[in-house]
Amino acid sequence: MDVKIHVIDRQGIEKIISGPTDMNLNLMELLKVHEYPLEGTCGGMALCASCHIFIQSSNLLPEKSSSEKAMLDDNWDSKDNSRLACQIPISENIDLMKIELAPEVL
Amino acid sequence: MIKTDIIIIGAGPVGLFTVFEAGLLKLKCHLIDALPQPGGQCAEIYPKKPIYDIPGYPSILASELVDKLMKQIEPFNPGFTLGETAQTIEKNSDGDFIIKTTQGTSIIAPVVAIAGGLGVFTPRKPNIPNLESFENDKVYYIVKEPSLFKNKEIVISGGGDSALDWALFFVENYASDVKLIHRSDNFRAHNDSVQRALDYSKKGEIKMVLNSQVSGISKNESKITLDVQSKDNKLSKINCDNWLPLFGLTPKIGPIGDWGLEIQKNAIKVDNSTDYSTNIDGIYAIGDVNTYPGKLKLILCGFHEAAIMVQSAFKKIHPNKKNVLKYTTVTGIKGF
Repeated sequence: MDVKIHVIDRQGIEKIISGPTDMNLNLMELLKVHEYPLEGTCGGMALCASCHIFIQSSNLLPEKSSSEKAMLDDNWDSKDNSRLACQIPISENIDLMKIELAPEVL
Repeated sequence: MIKTDIIIIGAGPVGLFTVFEAGLLKLKCHLIDALPQPGGQCAEIYPKKPIYDIPGYPSILASELVDKLMKQIEPFNPGFTLGETAQTIEKNSDGDFIIKTTQGTSIIAPVVAIAGGLGVFTPRKPNIPNLESFENDKVYYIVKEPSLFKNKEIVISGGGDSALDWALFFVENYASDVKLIHRSDNFRAHNDSVQRALDYSKKGEIKMVLNSQVSGISKNESKITLDVQSKDNKLSKINCDNWLPLFGLTPKIGPIGDWGLEIQKNAIKVDNSTDYSTNIDGIYAIGDVNTYPGKLKLILCGFHEAAIMVQSAFKKIHPNKKNVLKYTTVTGIKGF
């Protein structure tokens, strides 16, 4: 199936993007496909925090790994609803999820 | 001035392998990298992660790949300028490029290969108003000259190795007044460093301000005042001489973005149908730093680009010589 995700970009503009659940994609990759300005520097290993997002809905997400927790702990803009998009697989659980891109790293 | 055949900007895997391919054609290389060690992202971001798509290696740790590349290029005796960023480029009357680094090192060569990956690793800066006006006077993102902070009241922010290592260094070597502000109560540094820092905290020699972060900075006579906000929204102020926000490094395209190269989405546009040349004659871009239709940001693609690129560089450097492709199985490796 294709899931829909509400994305608020760094200018505050909200759009709905969709992505397939059967291609082993993560949310960082999907956002990059849709040309959102996320770097994804480490390629998806939860080692750089360049795909930092804020979750604004209550979808069931996978637990944070110790690596993701550590990156977010040491990240300047982290909030309680922070996640790394690369650690969120595109699955049915995230259908209609609402997210906001964190500010660009200076 | 350092003279070479090819200046390679970026000592990541692709930059290193370029030395090998150039060496087979008897071209000498000099590498420049902003990081203090070779390996680029493989060394800085994921040294202990296995890579599975290097041909011939079902699995290899990123750091191991760097070690093996260093070994592979040893016969060709490359020069290294590490811990310095390539800043300016100019062409002299002979048509050679002169690159100057941030530390003033000058290197001259007829060909430049940019293998800069995602860019120059630069410190991640906190998003605080007016921070720039305190930089390199009261606020430092990298500790280059530790003695600057002798007998000073220092506040360090961050919870990683760099933050803890420097907090320990200052308290152990200079008996400085050290405060450590961290946004959580977990540290991602080595266990040993965390334990030592906690021991100093118990003795009152490092003051830890946990679950908090700096939200503002202002001048206070010859010192600075930091506004500190805790997770439960309590505000406090800390006066100090220096603030060291140590939040790790992030790659930025850096000074090469101003060299007149055609840039598309933070990458350098190259001609992939021939030789990965840029819009400036004599400058090539290979590996993650370049872009072309169908580009794949993979180490193995960067290796291929390096091999093709040095053939073109050879023709540019030796326009009157004919190069015949030789196999290493036939000729072996003849270093210089």
